[in-house]
Amino acid sequence: MRARVTQKLAFGITWAAGIITVLVLVYIIGYVIATGWRAITPDFLFRPPSEGGISTAIVGTIYIVVLTIAIATPLGIGAAIYLTEYATENWITRLVRYGIETLAGVPSIVFGLFGFALFALSLLGTRCLLAGALTLACLVLPTMIRASEEAIKAVPVSIREASLALGATRWQTIRHAVMPAALPGVMTAIILSIGRTVEETACLYVAMGINPLNMPISPLSGGTTLSLHLYYLAMEVPFTIEPMFMEKAMGTGVVLILIIIIINSLTHWISSRYAARMIR
Amino acid sequence: MSRYLVDKAGRRLVFLAALVAILILLLIALFTFKEGLPAFLKIGFVKFIFGTKWSVAGGEFGILPFILASIYVTLGALLLSVPLGVSCAIFLAEVAPHRAREIVRPTVELLVGIPSVVYGLVGMLVVVPRMGDSLLAAIIVLTVMVLPTIISISEDSLRAVPHGYKEGALALGATHWQAIWHVMLPQARSGIATAVILGMGRAIGETMAMIMVIGNSIIIPTSPLSPARTLTGTLAMELGYASPGSLHWSALFATGVVLFILILALNSIAFIQRREGEG
Repeated sequence: MRARVTQKLAFGITWAAGIITVLVLVYIIGYVIATGWRAITPDFLFRPPSEGGISTAIVGTIYIVVLTIAIATPLGIGAAIYLTEYATENWITRLVRYGIETLAGVPSIVFGLFGFALFALSLLGTRCLLAGALTLACLVLPTMIRASEEAIKAVPVSIREASLALGATRWQTIRHAVMPAALPGVMTAIILSIGRTVEETACLYVAMGINPLNMPISPLSGGTTLSLHLYYLAMEVPFTIEPMFMEKAMGTGVVLILIIIIINSLTHWISSRYAARMIR
Repeated sequence: MSRYLVDKAGRRLVFLAALVAILILLLIALFTFKEGLPAFLKIGFVKFIFGTKWSVAGGEFGILPFILASIYVTLGALLLSVPLGVSCAIFLAEVAPHRAREIVRPTVELLVGIPSVVYGLVGMLVVVPRMGDSLLAAIIVLTVMVLPTIISISEDSLRAVPHGYKEGALALGATHWQAIWHVMLPQARSGIATAVILGMGRAIGETMAMIMVIGNSIIIPTSPLSPARTLTGTLAMELGYASPGSLHWSALFATGVVLFILILALNSIAFIQRREGEG
């Protein structure tokens, strides 16, 4: 009898934990949207900060995302192909896996330190969008590799065997049989990496700096992203001077949260469609 | 003939891509150590780690206040998020009906995705007005931020427990909870430990949200309500104006080295833990 009572109590606690988690999220998102939605107007989205908007941050974010993904995708997918298709269990493979897992845990700010010293100072000579994107590419690489690896692993062995049996080489098999089948999963990997790129702040703050007023033109110019701009609005301008900035910061937060919600829904949509196709 | 050449070239190419991750890790280590070394040599390792004064103008660089702040904030956040996260993981893996799970799981994924500056901003406006810029405010914000890590890895490790274990316990007359508590949780122990270690890594590395709520004063924190400054916060706030090559610059990179070694140690423990869990 006591065991039943204990169970009721314990299950009640786990229910509470689940409910608290959901409430925290609802509260955070609700709070940001409730205080920030009024800021969102066409002027806010399409005008530069000097006219009260965030257009430079939106363009900067797109810039950074495109550059970062362009650098990280070939490396990430290549590494994933090696790990799933070629790697045998030896010390190099173990070292590579250790490297990826460790890299995934290195704090964003340490990437920033490294990117600042190597890309911004030694290679490019200036803190700029490209320095930021190169740093971010290093940071998202583990995400990209792991997610692509999952996607490639999910392709049935029979597809590979059929292709090899027809006389295709290993590489032809990968290019024409495995990768097309893994494509939806690889898309998910890219979208996840875009998400990380959008939310990342600390490493860009150091390696790229914030240049809120500048509309980025060349990859060697300074710029800002939505996350950096939010930080700038919230921290680098005292609200006592500009109380309006808080609402603008919240408005930027709303845009960021919407982007993250879209990204999460996209990955869900792709993986549910993909799963359905695999069953058929 | 040429397709065999392409085959060979392709293989080489993806092998090189796989090596890039290690290369980056080595470069990070190399660059932070190289830039940080002068500070260790000039200030002395012990004086740098245990020095209580950090003054750019005075040329004094000791990082004990930052180390303590980082440790307090991390332990505080884990103290709150581990019980909550593991309970939530049990809920997701064992207790929740299908529909509840369909609500909680996407929630956890969204919590991971929200940028740290948004957490910081909400913390500034909701938490800070109640208690001031302080360790406690940072702990509360950080608790929410590490929660998803703890939940998802703990849930995975609970799901990895073989079905037979739970069924065996139930067949012996245990209640569902007894099976969870006495059989599944001990089995999932190494996975949950990994979750805690990785959560700890996230907490130590968190930067922007901490700067926004912790007050950033360079003092040794004496109470949960006192302001403080973390290792990461110091780096972010001062790197922009340190002139390359100066002692200040080097001291910042040396701080990065301390952070890097801390994370390397934590991750190696997690890596070994996970290997053992699998084996």
